[in-house]
Amino acid sequence: MNVVAKPKIAKNVWNYLLLSVLALVVLAPFFIGLWTSFLPTMQIAKGNFLSTDLSFQNYVDAFTQTPILHYLGNSLVISTVTMFAQLLFCSMSAYAFVFLDFKYKRSLFVLVLATMMLPFEAEIIPNFSTVKAMGLLNSYSVMIIPFLTSAFGIFMLRQSFKQMPAELKEAADIEGLGHLQFYWRIVMPYNRISLITLGAYSFLGAWNQYLWPMLTTFSNSFRPVQNGLRQLQSEETFNDWGMIQATAAIVVIPTLIVLFVGQHYFKSGANEGAVK
Amino acid sequence: MLKSPASDSTSAPINRAETKAKIEASEKAFSLNAKDKYYALLFLGPSLLILGIFIFYPMFKTLYLSLFLTNTVGKPTVFVGLSNYINLLTSADYLNSLAVTMVYVLAVTALTIALGLLLASLASKKIAGIGFFRTLFSSTMGVSVSVAAIFWLFIFNPSTGFLSLISTWLHLPAIGWLTDPTWAMVAVIITTVWMNLGFTFLILFGAIQSVPTTLYEAASIEGASSRFQFFHITIPSISPTLFFVSIVTLIDGFKSFGLIDLMTKGGPTNATNMLVYRIYKDAFYSGNFAQASAEALILTVIIALFTLLQFKVLEKRVNY
Repeated sequence: MNVVAKPKIAKNVWNYLLLSVLALVVLAPFFIGLWTSFLPTMQIAKGNFLSTDLSFQNYVDAFTQTPILHYLGNSLVISTVTMFAQLLFCSMSAYAFVFLDFKYKRSLFVLVLATMMLPFEAEIIPNFSTVKAMGLLNSYSVMIIPFLTSAFGIFMLRQSFKQMPAELKEAADIEGLGHLQFYWRIVMPYNRISLITLGAYSFLGAWNQYLWPMLTTFSNSFRPVQNGLRQLQSEETFNDWGMIQATAAIVVIPTLIVLFVGQHYFKSGANEGAVK
Repeated sequence: MLKSPASDSTSAPINRAETKAKIEASEKAFSLNAKDKYYALLFLGPSLLILGIFIFYPMFKTLYLSLFLTNTVGKPTVFVGLSNYINLLTSADYLNSLAVTMVYVLAVTALTIALGLLLASLASKKIAGIGFFRTLFSSTMGVSVSVAAIFWLFIFNPSTGFLSLISTWLHLPAIGWLTDPTWAMVAVIITTVWMNLGFTFLILFGAIQSVPTTLYEAASIEGASSRFQFFHITIPSISPTLFFVSIVTLIDGFKSFGLIDLMTKGGPTNATNMLVYRIYKDAFYSGNFAQASAEALILTVIIALFTLLQFKVLEKRVNY
């Protein structure tokens, strides 16, 4: 028995070693960033990376001297509204494509699918003119309105709605449920995992927007956090590495917590909706 | 084009039960369809309006602008046909942008997939505490572009950065990360791969989990090594997912903007001046909207081709 067990233990030690080294490599940027966020910028500038002069001063400075909380608030508003809007409008469109009969249904669906091929990045020139003409520049709406719906979301929810058992629709018809009731009371709760997945995608998508807000917002009152962090680096704080790392940590820590808590949903949903 | 999504709908009966349901549905159709029309308008209207204004209209407008010369506020002045495109495709500067984008996209995709696959296959081992490592490996998914840029800008910083400290301690020659054209590209690639890794890991891990265990059991009985099993069972079984992730990574790479703006601003000497960054510069800095529109349309064609390829594979996998 010992003879069999030994190579297995050796193999496990090797596995754990490999896993730990890789985890360390993946996490190194977090550790380096977090560590420097506790160091005085003076020490960082002198190259005293292993200084033990640790404190929360950078965090105090970040909260009191930069609008980082305001940036976070802006992003939270924009991402939350975008998420709920996409959940509503994508699910309504998906419902129409699955449960309604109407003219040009196929052509319209192909049209929606076709928009998935067109990158928003390549359309910024006319879109900038459009939002300028609408008087939307420098506002929350300019970062929300173009993203109220998404072709990907419609496609993903349509796949999910199509997999619902036909008996549900039949039962709803017998019960005399109208489309609005069937949509809201049956379809939406039944597809909650897909909706949570889409919600996570659209929230993260809005949270990570960079080019569009950069073009359309010019003041700290509306600037989302991605562009806010860039603003801080280009301002007087440029070489204040300690404080910059503190702002990065303030931004990333809540996201990581949400990610770890929500991972269960995200994982099952991602495989279910996108790549199954 | 897009044959499968179109061919799925009401006219193609797949099995008897569905045909029966359809006959029943069409019997009711007279009373329902009339109403369905209005519901369709209500349910679909908002999405179509937004997609129309912000996706379809701008594409045609971009195409239109690209065939003209434009003045400084972006109004078309003289029709010039395809000459904006001809100018671009004969300009060494633009060809350089195309080339560096290709290098970046290919390197990022290959490295992301290779590393993602390595992490995913290691995390699939059934040993104690593996869940902890899975969580750690997926963690970069929570990092947004500007946070990643801050982390890595410090690591690559030439004077006080982490790598320069390491090379000083080890008495190695300093590398001009971000200041040397070649190393700047390497730095941007490393940062992008790091950012991509969490998502890619999760998707590939999910795919490996869904490979039937009986395949591995049979192979073990036959005495196949784990290396053999990886290349002859795991890889073929997850190849559709591998393809899907590759295309997604590829497309994201072509759309790269944030990291470029934050880390290199297209430099040094245009070494990282990629397609989207160029469109932004040409339109909003130089005011050359016509040329930027032509660039945008070329980018659209590239991305559309890869998306079509992706649909082709999806249509085989997705249950219509």
